[in-house]
Amino acid sequence: MSKYDKPVTNAAGRIVPTVINGKPAVPYMGVGKFKPTGRKAAPPISTCADYPDDGNKVVESLKDALIRSGLKDGMTISTHHHFRNGDLVANQIFDIASELGVKNLMWFPSASFPCHEPLIKYLEDGTIHHIEGSMNGALGRFTSNGKMKGLGVLRSHGGRYQAVQDGDVHIDIAVIAAPTSDPFGNSNGVNGPAACGLLGFALADSQYADKVIVVTDNLVSFPCIPWQINGNLVDYVVVMDKIGIPEKIISGTTEVTKSPDRLLLAEWTAQFCDEAGILRDGFSFQAGAGGTALSIGIYFADILRKRGWKARFARGGSNKYLVQMLEEGLTEYILDGQTFDLEGVRSMRENPNHVNTSPFTSYNYHGKGNFASLVDVTILGATEVDVNFNANVVTHSDGYLLHGIGGWQNCLFSKCTILPIPLFRDRIPVILDNVTTLCGPGELIDVIVTERGIAINPRRKDLLEKMKNSALPIKTIEQLKAEAEKICGVPEKPKFSDEIVAVVKWVDGTVLDSVRRVIV
Amino acid sequence: MDSQHFFIILTDDSANTDIIMGEIITTGNKGKTIRSDCFITLELKAGGGHEILLESKVEVMFGNANRKLAGEVLNFFGIKHASLKIEDSGALPLVLAARIEAAIKKLVPSDKEYLLDLIPENQYVTAKDRNRFSRLYLPGNTPSLMINAGIHRPDGIILDLEDAVAPDKKDEARYLVRNSLRGIDFYGAERMVRINQGERGLDDLDWIIPHNVNLILLPKCENADQVIAVNKKIEVIRKKTKQKNPVWIMPIIESALGVINAFTIASSAENVVSIAIGLEDYTADLGTQRTKEGKESFFARSMMVNAARAAGIQPIDSVFSDVGDMEGLKQNVLMSKAMGFDGMGCIHPRQIQLIHENFAPSAGEIEKAKKIVAAYHKATEQGLGVVSLGTKMIDPPVVKRALNTINLAVKMGILTENWRENYEQV
Repeated sequence: MSKYDKPVTNAAGRIVPTVINGKPAVPYMGVGKFKPTGRKAAPPISTCADYPDDGNKVVESLKDALIRSGLKDGMTISTHHHFRNGDLVANQIFDIASELGVKNLMWFPSASFPCHEPLIKYLEDGTIHHIEGSMNGALGRFTSNGKMKGLGVLRSHGGRYQAVQDGDVHIDIAVIAAPTSDPFGNSNGVNGPAACGLLGFALADSQYADKVIVVTDNLVSFPCIPWQINGNLVDYVVVMDKIGIPEKIISGTTEVTKSPDRLLLAEWTAQFCDEAGILRDGFSFQAGAGGTALSIGIYFADILRKRGWKARFARGGSNKYLVQMLEEGLTEYILDGQTFDLEGVRSMRENPNHVNTSPFTSYNYHGKGNFASLVDVTILGATEVDVNFNANVVTHSDGYLLHGIGGWQNCLFSKCTILPIPLFRDRIPVILDNVTTLCGPGELIDVIVTERGIAINPRRKDLLEKMKNSALPIKTIEQLKAEAEKICGVPEKPKFSDEIVAVVKWVDGTVLDSVRRVIV
Repeated sequence: MDSQHFFIILTDDSANTDIIMGEIITTGNKGKTIRSDCFITLELKAGGGHEILLESKVEVMFGNANRKLAGEVLNFFGIKHASLKIEDSGALPLVLAARIEAAIKKLVPSDKEYLLDLIPENQYVTAKDRNRFSRLYLPGNTPSLMINAGIHRPDGIILDLEDAVAPDKKDEARYLVRNSLRGIDFYGAERMVRINQGERGLDDLDWIIPHNVNLILLPKCENADQVIAVNKKIEVIRKKTKQKNPVWIMPIIESALGVINAFTIASSAENVVSIAIGLEDYTADLGTQRTKEGKESFFARSMMVNAARAAGIQPIDSVFSDVGDMEGLKQNVLMSKAMGFDGMGCIHPRQIQLIHENFAPSAGEIEKAKKIVAAYHKATEQGLGVVSLGTKMIDPPVVKRALNTINLAVKMGILTENWRENYEQV
């Protein structure tokens, strides 16, 4: 089986394969253009007769659970990334698979982290055939160098739910690391030594996988309250000494920036929202996990406090700053997709207005609406933007895969999407003629805030009108690009082979762009 | 024989200068935390042409451009054979060129300078009495802090060749500061350089005066002679390089003797636009500790204000060094303003806005000034010699201060220029 086949040019002008890892794929057709038909996927019917009446599904070990789940060549194994770089479970699955001589597995994580670098040896020896999820750091480099046996597939959080729900990806075995669980499999992320807040990224896995294994280091008697993962969907429960490293569950990108340049971006972004009338009593916002995005919340809070206003809801990634806003009454609710620090975990445990959400409620494009489009303003990052406001989040300007998509694509559907980004990073200009990899179509990206000026997408005539007399430095994106090139010089482009090593899916499962092998 | 210890001096025909072979020279910075800089290792060779080894974080985008620039700089100084290693962490061309030139100059004495363009954005002059609320210190050998300094809109930026540069880096910092004065856009901030003390400071002037520097900060100034010596050197360079733009001087007073001589320093030359106090060294000189409340420096600060006002120039306060304590900074600024200072130094961009906001005329001050200025205009229009408000006569100095307040408020955008059109006299 070849990695991919039958490339065509899609609606974004990008060449993408229509056969990926042996399965057909639909090329991107435009925002909201692809209308799927048919019925959702479903897991096989189970019967209580096959499960213990006393509800005790605890088995001896992860190996035992994997064998009982029928682990064999070519299966798809899923994990979640709520433990971020502190995950101790995913690597063990493949240690066991390798020990059992199982080959050609597909790893389907909701995201990968530097702690998963040891899996490279299993990609090399054929235990893992390929990854669909995110390929960060060393895994990204491995993929970009064309070493992965299959084609990498990158999806957003919402796109992952969509792919599972629509049957694009069939999970054979889901392994859900759960900070607290009971023997029946009811589990949550708010309690236990590896507490991570919620388990929303594992929701699709629990609902649609053939076999579901819960792994915990904090087994409590039935009932485990709250049950974020429903035990009725769980086949086996495994108890381990330690499933996560708490200090690494707090990600490095979840501290507010101290960089004066980044703080300026945050301050201008907040001022922009204020002047454009986006920031108002009862508004809603979402800020990403990066240091700049986080500090925007602090500037929002300042303005709300001064005016006596409050937000109706803030979408998380929650962290201590958002929790402070909730507790100070500056936002009525936090609708949380993942918890970035222990304050977020505490708040979710104690405060009924700190609500756990999932990619289904927040992001799934093949649902009857989702929350993302209800948000007034979303603040996101990007590695590159082009003069048509298209943006890239997965590859670095040298062409290497660097980040996953996360919820980024899904968030673009908010009423206003703002990207605060430095105009150049260590001489690398951020605004190009064409993004290396297209992850977000420019029609969904409204404002670029840089330290040397703010560009409003010409499609947003309303925003241009509102900011006409602003003291903020409103410029065109071409002006900003020229300004960066005057300082840094005009960059040369990375050299790619024609060979495709990964694809970026759009939120509806169509193929938006291809990532090519980097020529070293 | 160990080549590293084998020095020969020979005359290179093309460059016609003495060059040193066999010595390995390094300039610049490298390491995990270093950004926008590069580390240069240079050795001159007897043959083999240019051997340029580049390790760059931005190889894909700027590797070729960097190699080309490096070759140009070597050629410019007539170097035909050399081994040049560049460890690049995203240095801009003006940084790379400065680092390579600094390395070359350690081996090849030359009066030639490799100058990149003086960008049009930097060809402005500053007024003697311009606003000097804030001036941001930037270490003269740290490019990453310089590149974005202007976006924070300080009234002035100080490229520091003195205390913020390690002694063994002071030579190479001159090239970086020179290139920054020419090539970094500071967005209208007054472009200042703090030179070193004594002879080194006078030598520093050769690297900065020809490049449209707006103001020189003279550290540890204790008497008028120091100002005169600097001015003499400035004049020589200005004549030689045909510079016409003014170069202002801000002596920094940092000792008991300097404080006692404050007025003679302040009035020592026409181009002295302000005097500043440096409290860290001053309190050390007194044999005391600097405190937040500042009782120990009250005399010195008050002396600054009086000496400056007596000489008709601006008194400028010391920096507030606790970057994390914004409330402390605010109190410090309010105290400075109350004492009569016109501005202060900053060591972090986040201090700038707070300094501006609190040095700026307050709403109450503006309202009061509006009343007085409106009355003044009314009196002038009616041909009255005396300005009065109600039954109260207003003295000319009060009018002058009110006019200053209004001008400042207009300049800062707090008040519109045509405010009088909608102003009704009460």
